Parts: sequence; structure tokens; C-alpha cells
Amino acid sequence: MTPDLMEEGAKRRQAYEARQQAATDTESGGREAGFGRIAKLGVPDFTQGVALYLDDITVSFDGFKALNALTITVNVGELRCIIGPNGAGKTTMMDCITGKTRPDSGKAFFGSTIDLLRLSEPEIAQIGIGRKFQKPTVYEELSVFENLELALAADRRVRASLFSRLSGAQLDRIGETLTTIHLRGEAQRSAGLLSHGQKQWLEIGMLLVQDPKLLLLDEPVAGMTDEETERTAELFLSLEGKHSLVVVEHDMKFVDQLTQGRKKVTVLHEGSVLAEGLLSEVQNNQKVVEVYLGR
Amino acid sequence: MTPPRSAFGAPPQGGAASGPAEPVPRRPLDQTALVQRRGLLLGVRGWAAVICALALLTVVIPLLNRVVPDGHVFHVSDYAVGLVGKILCYAICALAMDLIWGYTGILSLGHGLFFALGGYGMGMYLMRQIGRDGNYKSELPDFMVFLNWKTLPWTWSLSDSFVLQMLLVVLVPALLALVFGWFAFRSRIKGVYFSIITQALTYAAMLLFFRNETGFGGNNGFTDFKRILGLPIATPDTRIVLFAVTGVTLVGFYLLARAIVNSKYGRVLQAIRDAETRVMFTGYNPLAYKLSIWTLSALMCAIAGALYVPQVGIINPSEMSPSAGIEIAIWAAVGGRATLIGPIVGAFFVNGAKSWFTVAFPEFWLYFLGALFIAVTLFLPQGIAGLFKRFSGETREKHS
Repeated sequence: MTPDLMEEGAKRRQAYEARQQAATDTESGGREAGFGRIAKLGVPDFTQGVALYLDDITVSFDGFKALNALTITVNVGELRCIIGPNGAGKTTMMDCITGKTRPDSGKAFFGSTIDLLRLSEPEIAQIGIGRKFQKPTVYEELSVFENLELALAADRRVRASLFSRLSGAQLDRIGETLTTIHLRGEAQRSAGLLSHGQKQWLEIGMLLVQDPKLLLLDEPVAGMTDEETERTAELFLSLEGKHSLVVVEHDMKFVDQLTQGRKKVTVLHEGSVLAEGLLSEVQNNQKVVEVYLGR
Repeated sequence: MTPPRSAFGAPPQGGAASGPAEPVPRRPLDQTALVQRRGLLLGVRGWAAVICALALLTVVIPLLNRVVPDGHVFHVSDYAVGLVGKILCYAICALAMDLIWGYTGILSLGHGLFFALGGYGMGMYLMRQIGRDGNYKSELPDFMVFLNWKTLPWTWSLSDSFVLQMLLVVLVPALLALVFGWFAFRSRIKGVYFSIITQALTYAAMLLFFRNETGFGGNNGFTDFKRILGLPIATPDTRIVLFAVTGVTLVGFYLLARAIVNSKYGRVLQAIRDAETRVMFTGYNPLAYKLSIWTLSALMCAIAGALYVPQVGIINPSEMSPSAGIEIAIWAAVGGRATLIGPIVGAFFVNGAKSWFTVAFPEFWLYFLGALFIAVTLFLPQGIAGLFKRFSGETREKHS
């Protein structure tokens, strides 16, 4: 090996280390443009401002196309509401993102590097996509506290769980979340004893402690009182910016609260995007009116 | 077979003595108390109970059996020791079933197979211990002489060494469970389908073991044991030692199970039972959790089988019959699933009733067993343990 080759190697090594340092120092990873980026395995890259990218996704069940060439982009920190009549494919879309359903064709990316179609459900959850189901799904026989404990971001492997002890910081985090979801007084009750609305809250709390980058919320306020709905809207708005949120909802009042008259709403119909725009625009869109009211 | 959801008992909170966690509305969460309760395996009363149980099984009963003279009020007969020793083995099975069914929600009807495999493993060693004292005065076990075999099959190659054979007792069932479980859980086979497949596996194994060619004594199995570790096997002294060893094993497994269900791992198991999809979308891979507890459960059954055979003196393929696997599930259900003491109580209750009934009214036993199971499912969804909880007012709030 010649000296100049070694010198060249040392320079490259230095440059590499500087890049690594910069990546941890700044929000954007010290990278202004997209070239020469070091993609780390299993770490989503959000420097292009895109959190979720679905392209041309088609899913069919026995010939029925639940999703038909669906293309949606959700930006980092964005709160996106998705509306649409029953059977429009909203839940199927979430199934595709979280790995429950494999699409027949199309692409699904998390950030610009993670191909969601290659990962299993637990892997997708681990890289930072949290999902709330339409029907509140909590561990009924465990206490509210234990429900949150299991959801808390931590090592998910068997051995780690066997010897896991909650640290002070983790206890604080659970306590904080219990306050946020207004279940502090119920911490030791079985989750199965909560009211429907409280279960919804608990499931949202479980998402929060999981600390995902993208939250998928399927009808989060179904079965909640008006007051609870309003508090949920406030909570989601406070998450906006730090997390990306995709909210599927039928309740137009709730959607209006969330979008505050300035955010984009996506209307799904028969498995593809029918319209996209402000809620007021969408509501006056002739096609949307037809779909909702029937021809 | 699977009773309604509410049939699952409330999960135990902390030590038996520390009492249930009562909801304390509008009071700040007492975090330190919560963590401390978690840290303890058992409360003071719990440990006292464990020590009492150990003393009873290893000192009191052996003394009452061997030292107190026959005919004395406090004398424990050899028959009683044999019966209780047998039931202790069953209790280990019920505990194993509870871990996989009560806590993880996976009903296995194949635990009879693991029990029998452990028993066969021990039986092979005991057969070799007979030496030349068999009917045919041959080096080989009698049934091999009868079949005109000249050498031991390869499956018997470790059977002369106690240590190596005991290793097989543990490893073979565990490996079978691991491989079977891996395929079943990876394919996401759940609920009644899993139960049916385990049932089928057990039945297939029974047919295999019924064949003479398999090399395990065909339908007669193994019997007529003479020695264990050089000691005569049928003497009261050896039997009481086996009894004590079984008792200690049961208590040990109880403590292990307690540590498991009190850990976060145990709570993940219960979460899998309650909402498996939620567990997956939270980032846990249920496969690893199910597979590990399934294998442990099979292993516990195998050890129970290995302790059972020297006490009972026979192992044959009927131990693998479908009804054997179902009975284990019944013990757990009658005692109370998702409580650890319940299945042990259930094993004692059902088998105690069985030994009394089969003597008093032999032809009605099966009807009684069926009626018992129906009654428990309908009226005692939480089993005997649930009944006790209700009486002592300790029960947590029921589902509305």
C-alpha cells in the first residue's frame, strides 16, 4: 500500500467521522441536499420532509379492489385527516401501512429509506409507526398502569422483558401520560372496566408512551362524549409538529376542529383519492357531495 | 372448549399476602409502592406458605409414613403416599397448562404427549436398570427378547446413564415442542385450530408408540421396574424419597411460574391472550413469547412424567390418549385459570374425587367428570380459586 493511498484513506475516514458527528449534532443531520447521504439500516430518514409515502397501492380481496392505485404523501409533523364513506378503504390503507395486509402492487415508504412492505407488523411498530384501532383494543385483564407499561418504548425482546424493571424516568413518563389521558385515578383498575371513551383514551395513551413518529388513528373519537372529543382534538393538535398524524374520522365537527380551517383533508372513495384540499373546499366539491349523498 | 372471555381469572397482583390492588380514585399514583410490590416474588405470608408446603412434603409426610407406626391415627399409609405423589405430578402438569392456557390463552390438548415422552424417557432408564433380572434373564429388556431383537435400537444408546438419559427426558420433549410450536405459531395458528392440531399430534404419537417396531414396548409399554440409581424401586423408603422430590419440584415450578407471571414477560403473555394484534402493533413479536412459554410448559410436563413413572411403575401409550390431554385442561379449568394456586388445587380436587368415585361408583366416574366440567364452566368461570376469592371478598371488580 502506497503512502498516498493511505493518506487518501485517512482523509476519507475523517470526512466520514465528521459526517457521523454532524448527523447526531443537528436536526437535519447536517445534510442540506440528498446526495452522499449515509442511510443507516433500520433508521428512517426524514430529511426530505416526507413521513409516509404510499404510491399506487392496490389491494384486492377476491377481485374486489379495496384500494385502487392509492397515492398519498404525509409530511413530517403533518396532521392529516382522511374522510370517506364506508368501504372507501380507509382501514385497509392502515392495514397496508402497518403490515397487516400486503398490497398486490405499489410502494409504501416510511421516511425516504424504509420500505414498509418488507417489514413485519412488530418491526413496523418498532421503527416508529403506532396504530389505534377502530374498536378500542386494550389488554382487558391488565390494569391501566400495566397497559401503559407494556406499550412504553423499550426493548421488546423476550430476555429484556423477563428482567425488566421500570426506571424512575419511565415511571414519570407513565405518570405524565396518565394525567394527559385523564386516567390517573384509574391507574390500578382493570382496563376492561373502563368506559368505551376511557378505553379509547387509554389506547391513545398507549400510543403516546410508545413514542412513534407516525400515529395512525382509526376513528379515535367514536363513542366519546362531546367534551371528550374536544379534549382529544386538543391533544392531537398538541402532538402536531412533533409527530406526524393520520386521522381517519367520520365526525366532521371533529375534523373541523383538527384542521382549524387551514389543513388538508383527503377524501377516499372506492380505494383511491377522490379529492384533497381544505375541508370547506372538499365539502363543496361536487364529486364529494355526490359520493356522500348518493347519485 | 374455550369458555367465555370472562372465564379468565383476574391476574394476580404481587404477592399473595400483599392483597389485591384496590382502585384508589383521585389519589396520586403511589409509584414507589407499586414498584416495590412488583419486586417481591411473594409476600411474607406467601413465603411462609411455601416453607410450610415444603416442610409438609419433605419432612412431615415422610415422617408420618415411615416413623409413625402402622395403625396409629397419624400414620400416612403407603397407598396415600403413592396417590398423593401421583397427584403432585398431575399438579405440575396443571401448572404447566395454566402458563400456556390460563396466562397465554393457548389451549393445548397435547400436553399428555409431553408428559408421556418424559415418562418414556425415564422408563427407558428404568428398563435398563432391570439388568438380567427380567423374565428372560437377558441383557436386553424383556419385550425386545420377546420380539427376538439382538441389539438395542439406537434410540436406547444413552439409556444406561442416568444423567444422559435425564438430559434426554428434558431435551426431546422441549425440542419437539420448539419445532412444532415454531411452525404452528409462525403460521399464526390460533384458538381451536391449535388445540385440534396438538390433539392430532398426540394421537399420531400414540399410534406410533403402540407399534412394536418403534422400540418402546408397543401397547404394553414399560413396566416391572426393579431399581432406580441402584436402589430397589418398590420399597416404601424409595417411594417416600420420590414423593419428596416430586413435591420439591412442584414447589420449585410454582415459584418459577410466579416469577414469570410477575415479570413484564408474564404481562406480555397476558396481553397476547387479551389482544394479540395490539401486542404486535406495539412492537412485540408474539412468536418469541409464545414459543418460549410453550416450550417451558412442555418441559415442565415432561419432568412431571419422568417423576410419575417410577412412582406408578408403568408407562404405556394410553398416557398419550386424547382424554389424558383433555383431563389436564380440566384440572386447570376446575382449579381456576390465570391463578397459579388454582390448577394445583384443581389437580388435587379432580383426582381426589376420581380416586374416591372410581372405588365407590366406578361406572359413574366419567359422567361425574363431565358434569363437573359443565358446572365449573357455567357457574364457576374462575374455578375453585375464583370461588375462594369471592368468599374472602378479595375479588376484583367483575366485568359489567
